[in-house]
Amino acid sequence: MRRVVHFYRSTVGKKVAMAASGAVLFFWVIAHMLGNLTTFQGPEKINAYAEGLRTFGEPFFGPGQVLWMVRLVLIACVAIHVLAALQLWWLSRAARPVGYHNPPHLELSYASRTLRWGGVIIFLYVAYHLMHFTLGTVHPDFRSGDVYHNLVVGFQAWPVAAVYILAVGALGFHLYHGVWSTFQTLGLNHPRYNRYRRAAAAVIAVGLFVGFVSVPVAVLAGVLR
Amino acid sequence: MNLVLHVWRQAGPKLPGRFERYEARNVNEHMSFLEMLDVVNQGLLQAGHDPIAFEHDCREGICGSCGFVINGSPHGPLGDTTVCQLHLRHFQNGDELWIEPWRAKAFPVVKDLVVDRNAFDRIIQAGGYISVRTGSAPDANAIPVRKENAERAMDAAACIGCGACVAACPNGSAMLFTAAKVAHLALLPQGQPERLQRVLGMVEQMDQDGFGNCTNHGACEAACPKGISIDFIAQLNRDWVRAALSYAPHEAAEGAI
Repeated sequence: MRRVVHFYRSTVGKKVAMAASGAVLFFWVIAHMLGNLTTFQGPEKINAYAEGLRTFGEPFFGPGQVLWMVRLVLIACVAIHVLAALQLWWLSRAARPVGYHNPPHLELSYASRTLRWGGVIIFLYVAYHLMHFTLGTVHPDFRSGDVYHNLVVGFQAWPVAAVYILAVGALGFHLYHGVWSTFQTLGLNHPRYNRYRRAAAAVIAVGLFVGFVSVPVAVLAGVLR
Repeated sequence: MNLVLHVWRQAGPKLPGRFERYEARNVNEHMSFLEMLDVVNQGLLQAGHDPIAFEHDCREGICGSCGFVINGSPHGPLGDTTVCQLHLRHFQNGDELWIEPWRAKAFPVVKDLVVDRNAFDRIIQAGGYISVRTGSAPDANAIPVRKENAERAMDAAACIGCGACVAACPNGSAMLFTAAKVAHLALLPQGQPERLQRVLGMVEQMDQDGFGNCTNHGACEAACPKGISIDFIAQLNRDWVRAALSYAPHEAAEGAI
């Protein structure tokens, strides 16, 4: 335990915790996107997939047990990620009490400058997203277990789809810098592969954006009904 | 050529500072930026005013003494250059320049453009050294070093400790400096005995001095007059994780391992 405290007390330790928790969330987001794409295979497939998530691990686990274990891991990762971000942000603000007349503007990409506020946007959107599709409290016609119906009806309201697309865009920017940043922070670098890290981050960010956005776009275009 | 300068004037560490406007008239475009300030200071002295304080020593771009921010760029707009090696031909006649010191809590202003960079010395003292056998000089090439590692260690050792990385960083982080010093020794066989305690000690001192933390923007690399790569920051992180997980001086002392 003392070692964990020492590890986290250092700013480098906080960043490693942030990168590791972010990596877990990142792999989960990929799985989520791949799951969403089953929508295109029709109502039976995605509803069976959603049911599969709930009954995963049977007969060794009861219904929803594995799902809740995964959820607890995700909640823990979000908590670590947000806590480390707030602490690091606070320390960094304190590191420059007197600002510049002309702030240095070297090399700051749009994605890196907006990383923190992008994170806030994603956090707020996830809260709405859970109320919309998981709890159904802000959904106009929520039917438990009928994921396909919930999804199509939910996205047929264009403002809802637009907000979703914007939020996924924020996620794309967050991951473009975040994925690359994770390589750096976890020390995953090698002269032979370094030049591919930015490109990999870009491909992942764009791929996730396209994958997620394809569903609401297909609903609005009338492909999914 | 003529330049308009807005220079940060601050009489002492605890005193308030503000920008003062000066005009550099009829300065030669082949002057270095510091020579131009010398001319401005001569005018100030002749008029009975306090000259602008700025640090300088070699004026060859190798000592790390000089440095301030010009229009938001540490060491000015030219890449891979210290401000003493920055010549006025890189500016336009009539340019208006805002000149201010490195801004960081860990670098308090001593006077005008001079900041106290003892924090860097403390980071070095926390581990930026190796143990050597004293006595007669060892034979050259007695310890084999891989060519690539020798080159990369030299790239890291090019750091002159000027502080531009801290000044450029939106977070006021000293990671590039610390990483260069850690990597320089970690890449060489002579640096191995203290490798783990070095990285732990230097990072801890960096935190204690109130530097911010790296968010991988890359502004430091762009501002660095020696072109130190942020690859060294990844190397520092890797070494730090390894050290934090495995370095166990207390257990070793107690005979537990």
